[in-house]
Amino acid sequence: MTTQDLTKFCTQVRRDIINMTADAESGHPGGSLSAVELMSAAFCTQMRVNPKNPHDPDRDRFVLSKGHACPCYYAVLGELGFFPKEEFHTFRQLHSMLQGHPDAKKVPGVDASTGSLGQGMSIAVGMALGAKSQGKDTKVFAMCGDGESQEGQIWEAFMAAAHYKLDNLTVLFDNNGLQIDGSNDQVMSLGDLAAKLRAFGLDVIELSDGNNIEAVVRALETPATAGKPRCILGHTVKGKGVSFMENQAGWHGKAPNEEQRRQALAELEGK
Amino acid sequence: MAEKIATRVAYGDALAELGAKNDKVVVLDADLSCSTQTARFAKVFPDRFFNVGIAEANLVGISAGMSTMGLIPFCSTFAMFGAGRAYEQVRNSVAYPHFNVKLCMTHAGVSVGEDGGSHQSIEDLALMRVIPGMTVIVPADANETRKAVFALAEMDGPAYLRLGRLASPVFDNDLPFEIGKANVLRDGKDVAVFACGLMVAEALEAAKILEAEGISAAVINVHTIKPIDSACVAEYAQKCGKVFTVEEHSVIGGLGDAVADVLIGKVACGFHKIGVNDQFGQSGKAPEVLKEYGLTAPQIAETIKAGL
Repeated sequence: MTTQDLTKFCTQVRRDIINMTADAESGHPGGSLSAVELMSAAFCTQMRVNPKNPHDPDRDRFVLSKGHACPCYYAVLGELGFFPKEEFHTFRQLHSMLQGHPDAKKVPGVDASTGSLGQGMSIAVGMALGAKSQGKDTKVFAMCGDGESQEGQIWEAFMAAAHYKLDNLTVLFDNNGLQIDGSNDQVMSLGDLAAKLRAFGLDVIELSDGNNIEAVVRALETPATAGKPRCILGHTVKGKGVSFMENQAGWHGKAPNEEQRRQALAELEGK
Repeated sequence: MAEKIATRVAYGDALAELGAKNDKVVVLDADLSCSTQTARFAKVFPDRFFNVGIAEANLVGISAGMSTMGLIPFCSTFAMFGAGRAYEQVRNSVAYPHFNVKLCMTHAGVSVGEDGGSHQSIEDLALMRVIPGMTVIVPADANETRKAVFALAEMDGPAYLRLGRLASPVFDNDLPFEIGKANVLRDGKDVAVFACGLMVAEALEAAKILEAEGISAAVINVHTIKPIDSACVAEYAQKCGKVFTVEEHSVIGGLGDAVADVLIGKVACGFHKIGVNDQFGQSGKAPEVLKEYGLTAPQIAETIKAGL
């Protein structure tokens, strides 16, 4: 995909996020919008997956540890053809495959059930370790958030990733700086994230703008250091792309109403 | 029943044996491999053994991830930490997606002994049984443990295997083992005694004591708590009219409640649960602790006699 194609893809994913959450009158638009470039770039430029054969044992894996950002995940998978986009309208509705948080039993392309924060990273480590121990060249991409990293289990997982030298694991760190009750710094400061991640043995590529698609792609194309898990630490904007949602903690878990949907889509249309 | 072997020891031996037959089997532990006996597997198959350190949440999560790569993870630590501390990881990372992880937890029950109440899991069966789709097995002796381990490797989906620290009697007989199928070890007509794990041997001894006093007790080994053998439970409750359950676990949520769930509204019978009565365990030599909680054969016989 060219940069232009990727930009278009990301804009469409943002539209899908707005429509999905507005249709459902529920969901998490803020942390979905911040994650768009990191996730889209991984799926569109890095991952070996086949939407027509989502359970191919030799596919690369993706784990959305910050599972509440699933509108972004579903949008990416739907745009790539893992399931019909009509499913978007069923998000969070009874009997839908698109549960409020990702369900591996239900959604083609979802490799782990996540949403209870902190757990996905351990699952991703297990996948990467399982691949390595069998001599498979599977790559594992796992996205976590900053708020989520207040969970101790995230750091248990990073510690193990470094210990087992999982250079087939890429952590996509969506650092939008906000969580439900406010900023990370107000609620529970994470301090120097890059230093912490490096201290835990990860090879860190820090992006001052994690919503810059070219920068994200370049980071993903940087060859992994042998024997080290890598982390793309993207400083992102919660609610990115929708003016009234940007940098507002209040848009963590609130859906746009019809008027807000129209305004958001109009803004995205202009891009 | 001359020989005594702890079910955790039989587990370690069975893993090493299974590992040679099935190269998809991997074993994970959280720095307790000498106690859980997974070290026996680690010695033979170092490349398929993963010690994740003292991090039980991560232990369960990594096991979940490995299962998605076509492996069969046997995930072990103490019951307190695997079923207790990492409960939500078991529930959400393993059971919710129905991943093929075998949670084999040792040092369950008050027979842990000296380590005391903080380490004696008397809630694990309740915690595991309530999770949808979870198979829950409590082997009664070393032979049954070996059979259970092999059966778990053959079945698909999450399972909990409850193992003990204490060396316990090995039965002379070699009964067939099928997940979900209870074994009638002794027939009787006055009372049906449903037991699991370490309490099966005690229940058999108790039945002998009762027999000497003219009471005919059937003893049924309910090694699978979930899915429970409803037909067998109902049949013996009907036949004997009086039911006792015996477990080294809280009387809340474990075998007793599983048996009650089968009988409620279906079979009219007397019903009594023997177990740890809504209290924590404590330090002491295992036989002393078991006695403190009324879980020895003479005490069980006495309780049954009083309840008839």
